[in-house]
Amino acid sequence: MGNPCAVIGVGQTEYRTKRTDVSIAGLVREAALRALEDAGLTFRDIDAVVIGKAPDLFEGVMMPEAYLADALGARGKPMMRVHTAGSVGGSTANVAASLVQGGVHDRVLVVAWEKQSESNATWALSTHPPLSPTIVVGAGGYFAPHIRAYMRRTGAPDHIGTLVAVKDRQNALKNPYAHLRIAGISREMVEMTPMLWEPIRYLETCPSSDGAAAMVLASEDAARRAPNPPAWVHGTAMRSEPIFFAGRDTVNPQAGKDCAADVYRQAGITDPRRELDCAETYVPFSWYEPMWLENLGFCGDGEGWKLTESGATALDGDIPWNASGGVLSSNPIGASGLIRFAEAALQVRGLAGEHQVEGARKALGHAYGGGAQFYAMWVVGSEKP
Amino acid sequence: MTADDREPLVADHALEFPGGYTRSVGPVIGRFLTELRDGRLVGVRTASGGVLFPPAEYDPDGEAVTDEYVEVGPGGTVTSWSWVSRPRAVHPLDRPFAWALIRPDGAGTAILHALDVGVFEPGAEPPKALRTGMRVRPKWRAERTGSIKDIESFRPDITMITAPSRAEYRLNAGRALTRFLTGVSEGRFLGHRCDVCGKVYVPMRGLCPVDGVPTTEEVEVPDTGTVTTFAVNNIPDPRAPEVPFVSAYILLDGSDIALLALVAGVPADQVRMGMRVRAAWRPREEWGRTMENVKWFEPTGEPDVPFDSIKDYL
Repeated sequence: MGNPCAVIGVGQTEYRTKRTDVSIAGLVREAALRALEDAGLTFRDIDAVVIGKAPDLFEGVMMPEAYLADALGARGKPMMRVHTAGSVGGSTANVAASLVQGGVHDRVLVVAWEKQSESNATWALSTHPPLSPTIVVGAGGYFAPHIRAYMRRTGAPDHIGTLVAVKDRQNALKNPYAHLRIAGISREMVEMTPMLWEPIRYLETCPSSDGAAAMVLASEDAARRAPNPPAWVHGTAMRSEPIFFAGRDTVNPQAGKDCAADVYRQAGITDPRRELDCAETYVPFSWYEPMWLENLGFCGDGEGWKLTESGATALDGDIPWNASGGVLSSNPIGASGLIRFAEAALQVRGLAGEHQVEGARKALGHAYGGGAQFYAMWVVGSEKP
Repeated sequence: MTADDREPLVADHALEFPGGYTRSVGPVIGRFLTELRDGRLVGVRTASGGVLFPPAEYDPDGEAVTDEYVEVGPGGTVTSWSWVSRPRAVHPLDRPFAWALIRPDGAGTAILHALDVGVFEPGAEPPKALRTGMRVRPKWRAERTGSIKDIESFRPDITMITAPSRAEYRLNAGRALTRFLTGVSEGRFLGHRCDVCGKVYVPMRGLCPVDGVPTTEEVEVPDTGTVTTFAVNNIPDPRAPEVPFVSAYILLDGSDIALLALVAGVPADQVRMGMRVRAAWRPREEWGRTMENVKWFEPTGEPDVPFDSIKDYL
C-alpha cells in the first residue's frame, strides 16, 4: 500500500438546492478553504490538487478542472481531474491518496463538487441519441427495476425502504451541512409521498444539491505536524464492470464485492460488521442500504433488509450507516462520494459533531456510480496502520 | 319622454393646462435633478447626520437640512414592493413590473420607483426572485433632462447568466447496430452468439463484453419474451403513451440478456415479473431501420414464467 497517508483536513459547503450566492469557483473554494483551515495550511503549502466531478453535461462546462485550477491555488502545481461517474468523489480521494502513498507528494488537496442547479441531472443522464436500440431512462428509472428484483429475490417487506428514508433524514437533522433537514420526519410522511419510479417513492430518493467537499491528504511527516487529529488511510480500492453483459448480477454486482474484499484485505478486516465502527455508503435510493449491506459483506445474501429492520444501522445501532444523513439527505453528485470518504474520516478523527458515532476508530467510505458499475472505497482509522 | 330622454347624457372632458404646469424646484430638489441629469444619485445630509434621499429642504421631523450633498448608490436595496400584474397605459412599463421602495447604498431613506424584473405575460404572478432585500440599480435613459424619469426603471443586479451551448454530432451506428436495425426494418430481432461463452446478445454488439472477443455468429430470435423486472414511471416522458408507463427489462426468447423497453397494452399495476410479452409493431409501411418500429411490448396472455427461470437474468 506504500507510505502512510492521513486525512488532516476536511471542508464542506452547506448543501442546498441552489447555491446562487456563489459561482462554481466560489463554491469549490469554500470547501477547499475550510479543509485548509482544518489542516492549519494555506494553498501555498499544497503540492498538488486533484479535482473530481461527475459528467461535464451537468453544468455544461467542458474540462472544468482547467477553469478551477487558479481558484484552487494550483498555479504552477500538478493538477488533475478524475471522472468515474457517481463514484467519482471516492475515486478522487483514492487517486489523491495514491500520490501520497507513492511518495510523490506530502500534501495533496482533493476537491469534488457538483452544482446541479445549473441544469438538470435527469436531462443530462437521459439524452436521447438517435439509433438507440433500447429506451434510455434517468437514474431513478434505471435503478427502480433492480430494487424490485432485490425485493423479489430476498422477500424483503415493502417498508424497509421507508425505514432507511426516515433514519437517514433523522441523522441529517444532526448535520449542519445537510441539504434535507425535515423536522418530524416519519414513516407516515415518507409513505404519503408519491411513487416516482415504483417501487421508489419521492422521499426514498436523494435530493438534487449544489455543494463541494474537500480534504487535505498528508504524508506521515506532514500529518504529525497537523493541528487536529488525523484519520489514517488503512486501504483504498476501486473496481468497475460493464453495465450490460449476460449473467450480470445487477442487484449484487461482482465489482462491488471484489472492491470490498480488496479494501478489507488491505485494512486487515475479516468481519466488517464487527471490526468497523461505522460506514458512510452511497445510498441515493433508500433500498440501496440493504442491498449494499449484502454487497459489502455486513451480512449474508438476502439478510440486508433484516439488518436494516433491526435498527443495527441507526445512529445508536451496532454499525451506524450514514450518520451524516448520507446521499439521501445531500446529493451534489460529483461530491457525494468524497463526502462519504470525508465523513468516515471525521468519524475516526472524533470531529463529526452531533452525529459523531461514539468511540469510532475505524470507518468505511463507499461510493458507486454509473449503472452500479464503478466502485471506490476506503477504510480509515484513528490509529496509523 | 322620448328615447333620448332615457339615455344618460355624457361627454368626455380633458383638463390639461397648456404646455404643462411649471415648477420652481428650489435649491435642494434642483440639485437632485441636476445630478440626475448627469447620471448620479445624491441625497442631502440632515441636521441629525442622516442622508435624506431623495432630498428635500426639510427632514421628516421638519428640521431644515444642511447644504452637504452626498452621492448615494447607484446600487440599492428593495425595502418593500407591490406587484403590478396588469399595467395601465400611463404606467412606466407596458408589461408586469413592481412598484418598489428602493434605498440606495449610503442613503437613510428610500425612493419609490418602477422595478423591472424581466419579461412576463400580463396577469403573471410576481416572480420568486422579487423580494425585499433584492439588490437593484437604476437603468438610466440615454437622453436625460433632469427629471425623475431620467431613471427609466430600476433593475436587479446580475446574479445569473445563461450559457447556451450546443454540440452537434453525426452518429455512425457501426456494423453491429446497423445489422440489428436492418433486421428490425424487416421485422426481425437479430443477435450474436459468443464463440467462447455461447451467450446470445440481442441486439448484437459485435463483441462479447465478458470474453472480450469479436462475435460474428448471427442468431435470430422471436419477438416474444419475458419481463424480468420493471419500473412503473410516474414522471411523464414524451416517448411513453401516458403516465404511469412501464419500462421493463425483457428477455427475448433465446437471448441471454434482457433489453430495456416499454410495456403497454396492460394497466401498469398489472405488469408482473415473469409476464410473457410480444412486440407490438407499428404498421409495416411505417417501418425503417429503427427500434421505433416496435411501439412497445404487450402481454401475450400466456401463463407467467416461474421466478426460478428468470432469477439469473436480474
